[in-house]
Amino acid sequence: MRISVSVLSAALLAASVAAAAGDAYRGPLTLRLSTAQYRQIIGDVFGPTIKAGGRFEPDIRYKGLLQVGAGRVSVTASGIEQYDASARKIAEQVVSKENRDTLIPCKPQSADAPDDACARAFFAATGRLLYRRPLQADELDRRVAIAAASTKTMKDFYTGLATGLSTMLVAPNFLFRQENAEPDPAHPGQYRLDVYSKAAKLSFFLWNAGPDAKLLAAAESGELNTPKGLAKQVDRLLASPRLEAGVRAYFSDMFGFNELAYLGKDAALYPNFTVQVTADAQEQTLRTLIDLLLNQKGDYRDLFTVRKTFLTPILGSVYGVPVVAPDGGWTPYTYPENDPHSGVTMQVSFLALHSHPGRTSPTLRGKALREMVLCQRVPDPPGNVNFTVVQDTANPLYKTARERLNAHATEAMCTGCHKITDPMGLAMENFDTAGSFRQHENGVAIDARGELDGVKFSDGPGLNRALHDSPRTPACLVERLTAYAKGRALVPDESTVTKGFELDFAAAKYRLPDLMRKIATSDALYAVTPPQVANALPTEIAK
Amino acid sequence: MSHVSDLGRRRVLQGMLGGSAVTVGLPFLNGFLNSHGTALADGAQLPVSFATWFWGCGLNPGRWEPGQIGKFADLGPELKPLEAFKAKMNVYSGMKAFVDGKPFITHFSGAQAILTGSVPRAREFAQPSIDTLIADVIGTRTRFRSIEVACEGIATHSQSMRAGALVNPGEISPVALYGRIFGTGFKDPNAAEFTPDPAVMVRKSALSVVAEERQAFMNKLGAEDKQRLDEYFTSLRQLEQQLALELEKPAPLEACSVPGAVEEARPSTEIETAAINHALFAKLLTHALACGQTRVVNIVFGDALSTLRKAGGTQTHHEYTHEEPVDPKLGYQPEVAWFCTEIMRNLGVFLAELERIKEGDRTLLDRMLVLTGTDHGYAKIHSVENMPVMTIGNAGGRFKTGLHISAKGDPVSRVGLTVQQALGLPISTWGNDSMQTTKTITEIIA
Repeated sequence: MRISVSVLSAALLAASVAAAAGDAYRGPLTLRLSTAQYRQIIGDVFGPTIKAGGRFEPDIRYKGLLQVGAGRVSVTASGIEQYDASARKIAEQVVSKENRDTLIPCKPQSADAPDDACARAFFAATGRLLYRRPLQADELDRRVAIAAASTKTMKDFYTGLATGLSTMLVAPNFLFRQENAEPDPAHPGQYRLDVYSKAAKLSFFLWNAGPDAKLLAAAESGELNTPKGLAKQVDRLLASPRLEAGVRAYFSDMFGFNELAYLGKDAALYPNFTVQVTADAQEQTLRTLIDLLLNQKGDYRDLFTVRKTFLTPILGSVYGVPVVAPDGGWTPYTYPENDPHSGVTMQVSFLALHSHPGRTSPTLRGKALREMVLCQRVPDPPGNVNFTVVQDTANPLYKTARERLNAHATEAMCTGCHKITDPMGLAMENFDTAGSFRQHENGVAIDARGELDGVKFSDGPGLNRALHDSPRTPACLVERLTAYAKGRALVPDESTVTKGFELDFAAAKYRLPDLMRKIATSDALYAVTPPQVANALPTEIAK
Repeated sequence: MSHVSDLGRRRVLQGMLGGSAVTVGLPFLNGFLNSHGTALADGAQLPVSFATWFWGCGLNPGRWEPGQIGKFADLGPELKPLEAFKAKMNVYSGMKAFVDGKPFITHFSGAQAILTGSVPRAREFAQPSIDTLIADVIGTRTRFRSIEVACEGIATHSQSMRAGALVNPGEISPVALYGRIFGTGFKDPNAAEFTPDPAVMVRKSALSVVAEERQAFMNKLGAEDKQRLDEYFTSLRQLEQQLALELEKPAPLEACSVPGAVEEARPSTEIETAAINHALFAKLLTHALACGQTRVVNIVFGDALSTLRKAGGTQTHHEYTHEEPVDPKLGYQPEVAWFCTEIMRNLGVFLAELERIKEGDRTLLDRMLVLTGTDHGYAKIHSVENMPVMTIGNAGGRFKTGLHISAKGDPVSRVGLTVQQALGLPISTWGNDSMQTTKTITEIIA
């Protein structure tokens, strides 16, 4: 039975709305820092000489984004050991003989006795950056007291200071971005984030880092609560070179690059697919998109057709392109018009990630395009699938992935979903599981025809153009970037907000920084409902 | 600590931390076991310990069940690698997951049924897994409430979870795990000398500063976030307790020895590599149990949706389950059977490590209860009927063993209920919807 494309699209759209319907919460959030954010903050606060090593708890993806999953994770028993070890290592470096003179604003009166004034000055200045707000009096007092007690025990002022610092680095106020709500004077009866939560939201969105001193000052003075003050800070953050880190963080999240860490290809079949290939592949895509979206101020849709990229010699060997880079580093490279390698989703970071270890998967690739680029949810496979018609690469009857999938998709219950994913994925079949170009599979010429929502194409470049032209492509970026900025899944009625952003995005010729400015200056980003504060804490477990 | 080496210990303790209360545990005076190895000579029982061992894609129906019901003599061919342990294990057949009207999520619903006793309504960890329930009872006086490992090198491959999507990530590095267990915080229970480290006391006091701020932090949270952040503070308390234990002289444990340095794992879904990683972890975890560092360990040999594959092979175990034809002569899928047998051989490696630790005339395995978990009864058709489940060890005499329990379509939560009751958890019912059961498997309770 043939299912019409329009029915399928409607089903996909309905699925993407329904997926969000379960998440009605729109109060202030408590988001665990990602590993990258943690490291960035440590670097920002203490400088590049302080190393924040170690491995933290894995971030969890939810509704397409790790940044949304950050509102659903906590810290497990093994996780806190890691945070604690890291906190002590960082504190030790900060107070070390090499660093103390530059990182600590005062000198103690005696090296082996408490100096509360000096400790207080250090904790107040550092704590403000770590907690993204000024420390409350009791928070500060406790640090000063533990530093003094520790100094007395260990007979060393700096050891005491390190103890106090480590209590901040392991505290939930640092490890979690806790947002607070306050009544919104501009809209009586409604709530907004308080000004420090607002500053943090802004800087994590645009820089993937905590607020810097200027942003905190704008928060402290209340300037950030005025439209003009907000616009000024947004412009400043957008103009900063640090925007690149923010854009890299967003696209790494959107394209699921955290999964690349676990990617391996069958060593016997793809001996050249090393860890270095995976690392370079991720960097290639990020360099490509930073160049297009920030340096060239290009059209977001061109990401799927872009010919200019950056390669290393090792990537050159995967793509079959001679790369001359005497230092083994990066060099720009522009593919000819209509080259099958155009577009970021025809790069190794996408092709290899959405494949099996030993062979391609048009289904996984198509599913990933649907979910990551078009924000459509592909349903889970049914439980009782009959796989008697198999995908066996050695089966003499079915030599290509298309033949195997066609045979499999004769099963009525499979047809529906495979029609959603496979026609896109099959257009990528000219790339093997490691991302290298090929024209044959098992001696049979690859037929890379495909279709996306009624648009037919004969090969990969055709798919790229269809992605470029699909109205879902920019709409999806708007929706996902808004969810990313907010740190939670969007609620269905927020589609009116994203629809407005979409119009502005189109008017701005799909330039990413303009979209980021629109989101960052909108009331919608900072609007919250008051938290449902329960009357009492849950049963105290503390004994 | 050179700063304090010139101070008398007593003075250090008195003067520490501005006079805050300090406890130093009294040493255990008698560390010898009674002749059966079931108890310390002073009468205290050797503690029961618990493990889960998980793999994906189940076993082939008809190829693992013992030939006899009750006391059995023969294991099915895919359990043959466990032959040496058959007198110490129970095999449960005919147990199933009831999905009721909920969405059936392949490779997920079935695993949840075994480990949480419930089938969730969505792909979410709605219920705590059995190991966390048990650890909250038997694991509160050890340095580590539980230890999780993931043999394929992917930390998210963990089946240990607390309610609300809080997954205890698997350790993927044997070297890191060695450091955690036997590094600086380790106090050898058999060491003659014991001196509490003032730096540890300082650290403990530092953590209590954070703990004091719990109320202020939690007051600002909505109900869901409260539950989530409560987990943070529970973890913090666990860490404080770890430090508290480092300040006490541990009870001697004759079977405890510190393993030699371990080599690093190579993360890989190749089954041969996962097996090497598993062997490294199995040794470390066994020593951790023998040394009283934890009482609950969780091993994921291969995740649900088994992505294990042979080196050089293009297909994963999971793909084989669906795509390999049933051999008409053999009556089963031969490649799948190879994976099943190989996985069970690895379970045997872990059991052999536990068996190797002698405690009196018994072994560590005897005071353990190892519960196996998987996601399907017949992965080829995503069946959650007749799910293969085993327990190994007698939990310090609480379980009868060598039995094949053949149920007729009972909820698999019966096994978990019985395990929890045997380990001393005061529960009479477990599971949700049709998975809910009050029926203890009385045949195996000693």
